[in-house]
Amino acid sequence: MKILVPVKRVIDYNVKPRVKADGSGVDLANVKMSMNPFDEIAVEEALKLKEAGKAEEVVAVSIGPAKAQETLRTALAMGADRAILVETDDAVEPLAVAKILKAVAEEEEPGIVMLGKQAIDDDSNQTGQMLAALMDRPQGTFASKVEIEGDSVSVTREVDGGLETVKLTLPAIITTDLRLNEPRYATLPNIMKAKKKPLDTKTPADYGVDTAARLTTTNVSEPPVRQAGEIVEDVDALVAKLKSMGVA
Amino acid sequence: MTALVIAEPHGDTLADATLSAVTAATKLDDEVHIFVAGSQGAADAAARIAGVSKVLHADGDAYAHMLAENVAPLIVSLMDGYDAVLAPATTTGKNVLPRVAAKLDVMQVSDIISVEGPKTFTRPIYAGNAIATVESSDPKLVITVRTTAFDKAEAEGGSASIEAVSGEGAAGISEFVKLDAVESERPELTSASVVVSGGRALKDAETFEQYITPLADKLGAAIGASRAAVDAGYVPNDYQVGQTGKIVAPEVYIAVGISGAIQHLAGMKDSKVIIAINKDPDAPIFQVADLGLVADLYNAVPELTEKL
Ligand SMILES: Cc1cc2nc3c(=O)[nH]c(=O)nc-3n(C[C@H](O)[C@H](O)[C@H](O)COP(=O)(O)OP(=O)(O)OC[C@H]3O[C@@H](n4cnc5c(N)ncnc54)[C@H](O)[C@@H]3O)c2cc1C
Ligand SMILES: Nc1ncnc2c1ncn2[C@@H]1O[C@H](COP(=O)(O)O)[C@@H](O)[C@H]1O
Repeated sequence: MKILVPVKRVIDYNVKPRVKADGSGVDLANVKMSMNPFDEIAVEEALKLKEAGKAEEVVAVSIGPAKAQETLRTALAMGADRAILVETDDAVEPLAVAKILKAVAEEEEPGIVMLGKQAIDDDSNQTGQMLAALMDRPQGTFASKVEIEGDSVSVTREVDGGLETVKLTLPAIITTDLRLNEPRYATLPNIMKAKKKPLDTKTPADYGVDTAARLTTTNVSEPPVRQAGEIVEDVDALVAKLKSMGVA
Repeated sequence: MTALVIAEPHGDTLADATLSAVTAATKLDDEVHIFVAGSQGAADAAARIAGVSKVLHADGDAYAHMLAENVAPLIVSLMDGYDAVLAPATTTGKNVLPRVAAKLDVMQVSDIISVEGPKTFTRPIYAGNAIATVESSDPKLVITVRTTAFDKAEAEGGSASIEAVSGEGAAGISEFVKLDAVESERPELTSASVVVSGGRALKDAETFEQYITPLADKLGAAIGASRAAVDAGYVPNDYQVGQTGKIVAPEVYIAVGISGAIQHLAGMKDSKVIIAINKDPDAPIFQVADLGLVADLYNAVPELTEKL
């Protein structure tokens, strides 16, 4: 079985995003970019399945600018076997990403497509579900445990009310949540090795997908800022404040 | 024009999140219908919501657990009569609705916090560090609603008709196995008026329980946690507040031993009053706190619980 892992290049999660003064977006110039953290978890899970003998090959794919090559090299350094860059400078929305991924999956025929649950830039949380719909495949979203059992996969999902387990017929789409695993770091020798691993470059047009945006962002603004309040002296002062607010 | 709201069934009732999605829908369309996959009790509850004129009720095993593979095609088949479909941005809504959107060839607008025009919305991006105004050019709207941003519609007062709907049933590619639910007598985290949350500083599950629970009991509060506390196994996953956990906006949010990473702030910074207890005066949580106490929680929390 092959596992396809879509990875997105996003602002590093440690960076505090700054809104551009003209309201056109978030300033990404000279900002550290990294692999979306949920996608690191997806790569890790795919590698674990391969190491456990459940999968033969792990293929990473990214849709984005030429620089997304770095993100793919990270996936390769972690242990993915090869990579595909679908290069475009447009900001591609989840629906179009899902259409491209569908086309890639039709070529690659993976048993599992393992995505992150959410990209931490657009916070959309929809690409995996859309891909599953377009391919008429089952979806195991927000996964905290993945177990392959013959021709099906059991997925434990982090839901609002606790943990839900579903059983999906393979091939299936899975999206990762935080507790699934702890992604490994790429070691220096593996980073060197990754430079020689195959990385194909394509374009959305190669897959016949129109990436025109359906949503127009007319403005991006700062959220209302909260003012820091007061530091109280001790617990008694806190209690007094709480009582005056009617909380206690 | 009519909007369809996807209800969040909760046994024989509906989760409150549904009521916020109804309010968002009334801002878009004159008429609001509601889709309920679940029990008769849940359908009856939906019919009583003020402002809802029709309930579409899908009964049967295939729809009982809101499996996206089964429910999404049914919702898609109902969409001829609607110009918009909305669901609360719960894990159920987030699971099902993009599947509907893709089948309709529509780009979903996720997690809206306001309706600005017939096709224009605002939504937080980058963990709430920016608010985007987006306009859809799709023929239909598919929307998930951030429930803390919309008032709850009145749960009583309506008298909608209930119509049974049925579709293909089970798609046969997925199966519900079980739900390990965390039973609790406490108020529900996302709708509680007071939330007490603990972070990594609570050391382990026993310590978390020993220090956070009595304080929460005293205040009749729900309990939340940072990712660090959940990852370390102090509390179950559904306690996580944040960008990628639950979004809360209670009257009072008390953060105990939580540093205030942007991913945590994303889930609670719309709380009315934020109180932070942290021993590090430079912890970022103090930048958003209305009341801060710089103290060791192991002294401060028992004293606070005692004196309240
Ligand atoms: C993709 C991604 C998604 C994430 N999503 C979320 C999310 O949804 N929610 C979330 O919370 N985080 C999330 N995080 C994690 C986030 O970045 C932080 O790591 C996390 O919030 C830190 O938790 P914490 O504040 O409990 O721990 P720490 O940052 O370690 O802070 C512990 C605090 O406790 C204080 N302390 C220690 N001992 C005491 C004491 N005795 N008395 C008083 N104070 C004490 C310390 O001063 C410190 O400020 C996410 C991260 C990533 C990468
Ligand atoms: N441009 C992209 N390239 C590769 N994968 C992507 C891209 N956009 C989204 N994804 C995948 O879809 C997941 C969810 O993204 P989103 O729906 O945008 O929150 C991510 O975690 C990735 O696995």
